[in-house]
Amino acid sequence: MPAQFPWLTTLIVVPLLGAAVVWALPGAARRHARPVAIGVALVELVLAVVAALSFDTSQAGVHQLAEKAAWIPSLGVSYAVGVDGVGLALVLLSVLLTPLVLLAAWREHPDVHPDGLHVEGGSRIRHYVALILVLEAFMVAVFAARDVFFFYVLFEAMLIPVYFMIGAFGGAGRRYAAVKFLLFSLAGGLVMLVGVITLYLHGPRGDEGFLIDNLVGNVSMSTTTQRLVFLAFFIAFAIKAPMWPVHTWLPDTAEQAPVGTSVLLVGVLDKVGTFGMLTLCLPLFPEASRWAAPVIIVLAVISILYGGLLAIGQQDLMRLIAYTSVSHFGFIVLGIFAFTSVSVQGSSLYMVNHGLSTGALFLVAGFLVARSGSARISDHGGLQKVVPVLAGTFLVAGLSALSLPGLSTFVSEFLVLVGTFGAYKAAAVVAAFGVVLAALYVLLTYQRAFTGPVRDDLPPMKDLTLRERWVVGPLIAAMLVLGFYPALALDLVREPASVTLEQVGVDDVTPTLALSVDGSDQ
Amino acid sequence: MLTTDLLTAVPAVEPTAATGVLAAAWLLIALPMLGAAVLLLGGARTDRWGHWIGVLASGAAFVVAFVAWLAMIGLPADERVVDLHLFSWIPAGAFSVDAGLRLDPLSMSFVLLVTFVGTLIHVYSVAYMEHDTSRRRFFAYLNLFVAAMLLLVLADSYVLLFVGWEGVGLASYLLIGFWNHETANAVAAKKAFVANRVGDLGLIVAIALIFATFGATDFTTVLGEAGGASEGVLTAIGLLLLLGATGKSAQFPLQSWLGDAMAGPTPVSALIHAATMVTAGVYLVVRSGPIYDGAPTALLVVAIVGAITLMFGAIVGSAKDDIKKALAASTMSQIGYMMLGAGLGPIGYAFAIFHLLTHGFFKAGMFLGAGSVMHGMDDTVDMRRFGGLSAFMKVTWVTFGFGWLAILGVPPFSGFFSKDKIIESAFAMNGGEGWQPWVFGLTAMIGAGITAFYMSRLFFMTFHGKQRWSDGHGGGATDPDAPVRHPHESPALMTWPMIILAVGSAGLGGLLAAGSSFTTWLEPVTGHVEEHEPVLAVPVITVTTLVLVAVGVALAWRQYWASAVAVVPPHGSLLTRAARKDLYQDEVNDALLVLPGQVATRSLVYGDRTVVDGAFTGLARGVVGLGAGLRRLQNGLVRSYAAIMLAGVVVLVAVVLAFGI
Repeated sequence: MPAQFPWLTTLIVVPLLGAAVVWALPGAARRHARPVAIGVALVELVLAVVAALSFDTSQAGVHQLAEKAAWIPSLGVSYAVGVDGVGLALVLLSVLLTPLVLLAAWREHPDVHPDGLHVEGGSRIRHYVALILVLEAFMVAVFAARDVFFFYVLFEAMLIPVYFMIGAFGGAGRRYAAVKFLLFSLAGGLVMLVGVITLYLHGPRGDEGFLIDNLVGNVSMSTTTQRLVFLAFFIAFAIKAPMWPVHTWLPDTAEQAPVGTSVLLVGVLDKVGTFGMLTLCLPLFPEASRWAAPVIIVLAVISILYGGLLAIGQQDLMRLIAYTSVSHFGFIVLGIFAFTSVSVQGSSLYMVNHGLSTGALFLVAGFLVARSGSARISDHGGLQKVVPVLAGTFLVAGLSALSLPGLSTFVSEFLVLVGTFGAYKAAAVVAAFGVVLAALYVLLTYQRAFTGPVRDDLPPMKDLTLRERWVVGPLIAAMLVLGFYPALALDLVREPASVTLEQVGVDDVTPTLALSVDGSDQ
Repeated sequence: MLTTDLLTAVPAVEPTAATGVLAAAWLLIALPMLGAAVLLLGGARTDRWGHWIGVLASGAAFVVAFVAWLAMIGLPADERVVDLHLFSWIPAGAFSVDAGLRLDPLSMSFVLLVTFVGTLIHVYSVAYMEHDTSRRRFFAYLNLFVAAMLLLVLADSYVLLFVGWEGVGLASYLLIGFWNHETANAVAAKKAFVANRVGDLGLIVAIALIFATFGATDFTTVLGEAGGASEGVLTAIGLLLLLGATGKSAQFPLQSWLGDAMAGPTPVSALIHAATMVTAGVYLVVRSGPIYDGAPTALLVVAIVGAITLMFGAIVGSAKDDIKKALAASTMSQIGYMMLGAGLGPIGYAFAIFHLLTHGFFKAGMFLGAGSVMHGMDDTVDMRRFGGLSAFMKVTWVTFGFGWLAILGVPPFSGFFSKDKIIESAFAMNGGEGWQPWVFGLTAMIGAGITAFYMSRLFFMTFHGKQRWSDGHGGGATDPDAPVRHPHESPALMTWPMIILAVGSAGLGGLLAAGSSFTTWLEPVTGHVEEHEPVLAVPVITVTTLVLVAVGVALAWRQYWASAVAVVPPHGSLLTRAARKDLYQDEVNDALLVLPGQVATRSLVYGDRTVVDGAFTGLARGVVGLGAGLRRLQNGLVRSYAAIMLAGVVVLVAVVLAFGI
């Protein structure tokens, strides 16, 4: 195959075309919307794997599969895509989760409007799966974007499908949740827009003035300006991630959103926040990043503990998972701003692993709620006896949320803690208390929902169906593979971490013993 | 014959690469892991024969272990530290961890203990769990445990050790909560995992500090270069590792989970919560010897923790009426002995491991005996309703009796050789200088007397004295509340493992002590130790200890055999009442941790809603400037919000342009 085959553009276009096809399905064919969408998502998955094969992992720090075309030259805007190892890993995560979410949605969203109105056959589900495909295209694009303006457009455009997925297909409080989600995101995005424009004005300008590669190292701003623009970007990303104290939209959204939406939202979309910090904030504003790091580290540690404590106090399964993510995003941000090669690798890996683990947790929780009709934890009890496989998969997903060794999340959390310890000892030690909180929120939930005497007021339940096993099976397999052989993912993120540190201008930490030996030569 | 020793600096044995049979040591972990995978994924199809798969996997691991041991003793002593590199596990640049195994006399001792006792307990469980509909799942978890435990002791780096460390924690959680349809059992399982996680937090930070200091986490580098690090750093690492050890080994102050862990099926208590997993903390300390060698303060704290726990467990054990909880307290106390031994430094490392091995045999044997008693007594555990069982369960009685004599330290049973060595070494602590030898030596010695009391109490209450149950035909107890029982001996699948462990309880100690063969065997790891005299002459220590043991037995005999045992616990002294409540460990934990945690969680949940979220929704209301606020907002005023925000951006951009920021 030719080296210049536009893989990334293909990966962006295929789901968009798929969405168009799904929308255009004529009346009788509409009930096939789901299989068509799954077919498209599987094709996309295969294409992405093939594309990944032409990625040179020994050069994972370099943006590969790059394409560039003029878009609005007069404004300096280009269509530019390319992925380094981190971007590729997140693209692969997106295209893995999408078909699973579609498969999981098989029996969700019956063609009855939530308000009880019956809608023509296949019509509503058609919209839902088409929106997921549109979202998939945006997700791939945002992780591949190499032009700040293009990135910004995608950052905002992603809100549209999600807004409709929540507002039209969510639970009883969906409208409030959708608006809250939109407002928080818009607020962040608009602050970022100010930053984007200011950045351009201080950059090299020209027809390719928004290209990240042209901007890195070429922005001449006063220290104050750089710090303000950094903050504009960072606030947007912190809302998206979400970090304490701008996290409050997430629990409301996760509670109301359809499960599949939550999976993509928390599993992938929120990663745009931490991905943005890593690939935009750090390289574009190195001085400001170093300046803000201590405060951000404190906020990250607060997120870790706060999210963990709040998760323990939740009654609603979906809100609980949302708060665990606040805690986990705290770890990711901690690792990014600790500026050690080990912690940055840990955070990059964490983004992928958290997608797998939280995705699995949301999906299995969704299967449970679909059976019991309630997301309240206290409405359940003793279910391990009734639905042992569902209980087992929930436990495995939970164990990965508490970073049990052997599952992939352990490697990333451990790298973040060990890496951070080299630079910020106190922060790492306090953050490590998150592992105790994680044990509590996972095992308390398991205890309340799955152990004890079987509740007799629960509807009769069947264990996981074959389809549902195919949804969680691949996720659990991926967690085990990356837990026992994390090199597969680490080979992608190792080089980018070094590149990032170089751009930030921070030397990696050296073991103290080596220092004392070299230094004093005793 | 009995002399105690002190370390002289001995160069560490350099590891060599594994060859021959030793290169196949990964099978030790892979076989039980495969067993667990087959049983878990095989589902109901494997229900009928799955338990035999479990036995086979564990038995095969023992065969591999035995062959590997033969290969190792065929090597000269200075070539018995062998590394087996498997694959590059976490290649994260500066932080690079390989998956590799460390085969040496220390790990090999554990491997033999775990696979041998483990296999016996698998066999026992085939019969013990026969009527449980989830027997297959039980064996899957047992196999998982064996795999994780072997990984823990075979790992060649702290990070890989941590995988096994949390792996056994998971297996322990799953097995304590095996009957989790009882909420109390599920709570006990969670409590064990969370208490262990507190310890694991220490281990995680320890590894972080190790990496920050040495730039590596493998034993060869870290232990080889430990001498180059400052005492402050080594002390910190030592204390953090100890925190991990106290969680896993149920040592003070993280001991509170072990008693509740008795909620698990009895074979689990025997294997995990007596013979193997709970001793992992001792392993961790001994393995990290070179770190503690440079951190005398940390080592002293290890000894203090061990001494406190050995007394704590002994006191609690004297008051418990639940046979399993009494044994659990005893386990805690015996591991306290091991921890004290390890805290003595090089003079104690080998004896700590020695006692760990003999304890693994006699305590596992007694737990299986307790399971056999429960099997014959309708799964009840209240010793106040036992009594006189020796006539009905001869094999259980005799094998349990061997374990009893062993833990008492009656010569020539196993415990005599191993526990006495720790007591002697304690009297030789600190080179026989200062207060330490007296305090730790006397604590260990008095503890032996209390041990004799509570174990004899347990033994007499169960097997001797009057029957405090009714046989339903007018025999035994005649009080109206007396439960009707039909005690009977257990089937051969259960009695044979007990017999084999009883043989070990009798002979293993003498065998390993003969010619100091065991301490010599461990020398490639623990170093060679030179003789040093304790502050009291060795015969004086031995005789005094035996006298105290005799006193303990006599007191128990008078109270629990010669005179009638009350079926309702008497009010008891202040100490007895405190000991029944585990010296108020749960009350203390509740007051110090649980309650403040709950208050914090509740107030944060409330504050998140009102203060944090309230600030933003309030802001939204302010922006709109409409009193109706959120109500309107829900009616689709998105466009007006967007418009206002866009206006804001335009203004901001204008400001940027105008002032040329």
